[in-house]
Amino acid sequence: MTVSQAIAIDKPPPQARGWPRARILGYALVGIWVLFGAGIVAYLVYAWNAEFFARYAPAYLQGLGTTLSLVSISMVLGAIFSLPVAYGRMSKNRILSGLAYCYVYFFRGTPLLVQTYLVYYGVGSFRPELETVGLWWFFREAFYCGVFAFSLNTAAYQAEILRGAIESVPRGQWEGAASLGLHKLQTLRKVVLPQAIIVALRPYGNELILMIKASAIVAIITVYDLMGNAKLAYAKSFDIQAYIWVAIVYLVMVEILRHGVEWIERRITIHLHR
Amino acid sequence: MPAQSIWTLLSWGPDGWSDDIASGVLVTIALALATLPIGLVIGFFVAFAKQQEEPALRLAGNIYTTVFRGLPELVTLFLFFFGMPLLLQHLVRLFNPDATIDVNGFVAGMIVLSLIFSSYASEVFLSAFRAIPKGQYEGGYAIGLSKWQTMRLVVLPQLIRIAFPGLENCWLSLLKDTSLVSVVNLAETLRQSGVAARVTKHSFLFYSVAALIFLLLAVLSSIATSYILRHLGRREAR
Repeated sequence: MTVSQAIAIDKPPPQARGWPRARILGYALVGIWVLFGAGIVAYLVYAWNAEFFARYAPAYLQGLGTTLSLVSISMVLGAIFSLPVAYGRMSKNRILSGLAYCYVYFFRGTPLLVQTYLVYYGVGSFRPELETVGLWWFFREAFYCGVFAFSLNTAAYQAEILRGAIESVPRGQWEGAASLGLHKLQTLRKVVLPQAIIVALRPYGNELILMIKASAIVAIITVYDLMGNAKLAYAKSFDIQAYIWVAIVYLVMVEILRHGVEWIERRITIHLHR
Repeated sequence: MPAQSIWTLLSWGPDGWSDDIASGVLVTIALALATLPIGLVIGFFVAFAKQQEEPALRLAGNIYTTVFRGLPELVTLFLFFFGMPLLLQHLVRLFNPDATIDVNGFVAGMIVLSLIFSSYASEVFLSAFRAIPKGQYEGGYAIGLSKWQTMRLVVLPQLIRIAFPGLENCWLSLLKDTSLVSVVNLAETLRQSGVAARVTKHSFLFYSVAALIFLLLAVLSSIATSYILRHLGRREAR
């Protein structure tokens, strides 16, 4: 068999010509999306209001800053707090692992909105007690309450990601490192974690995206994040473009992150591809 | 306010709030159960479109999942809750100039949750589609089944079994997402607990009750799904 024949065989089957039903349907559906997108663009152009933009664009920018700082603080605090929780989940001690299991089950089994209410309104109802302890300044601020609830929530999810990633590394890796005389912490740092990161990267990226999306919730407890400012702008102007703009901003943020995570994943698994 | 004991507050009847919260729980369950079939059907067809050879169909499916997985649930909800009446009003006014449209919170919630649920479910279905070897289709065609028959009799039974654990996760997050509809004043569990909390000033108590109800719903659904899974497994063994 000559080379040209082999190439001819390996080629994928040619695309169907003409207008099969699937193509008509596909073009129709894409057409609907194009119409939809064009409709939104047309609406934004038609409803273009320089005053609206001048008035609310700075508020949106400031809200974006609030959203980003809320998410990044919660992610970092959650990552720190997820370490003992993940340790508890993997521990052989029944009490410790039971406690960690209950923690994770509670925070993954209840809606984040309920948890946020529980912190902001629920803990807030113990005002006299909190004042005597001197913690009232913290739970008075909606932003801090949001950070508190979000950190606890993401800690539960991140603990599971961490546990899954560490347990995905085969036992032989631990045993091999132990036989070389590395102690446990060294093994974790030099042998297990580099392999676990590859597994954990995608779930961590997803968790970050979920947090950005979920952070819109704090708008309900009167934090002026991106969504909060959109709510305010809508309440003042009754102009639906308040929500359209905010949707575009969230969509762009999520897409950038998603592609960024994919890019990093390609980079760190480069040695696994042929 | 007279000091009421916790048990009075949680009792059933005019003094307590259990009956109000229970009606909210029913709304939550109804909303989730009404969303489930719609979301499953849309999700299945989106996944079906995404694994076709026709690029236009794949593109349409990809736009769908990108948009509805990328938007925060709350933004989607507000866009539909406030935007849909505007749009419908414009359309209706073409025929009947003085009609007004009011969108029901339940319907808006159902539409939005179906969109979100279906975009996540479509990813689960898609990976299940990819797990089914091509030989299954070819075998179906070889014994003379039509495309539709192959899908229904050969592929679908395997697909459901493979997709089931992923769909269970989608269902659990759907249950949690129903709480978001409380912000457009649908009287579901969280909304009713919030009313109770505001009236009685026992916020911690009532929001804890709401959290426990959601936990209970999650536990009940995992019992139900493990039962279904056992049932599916038995069919496979035969």
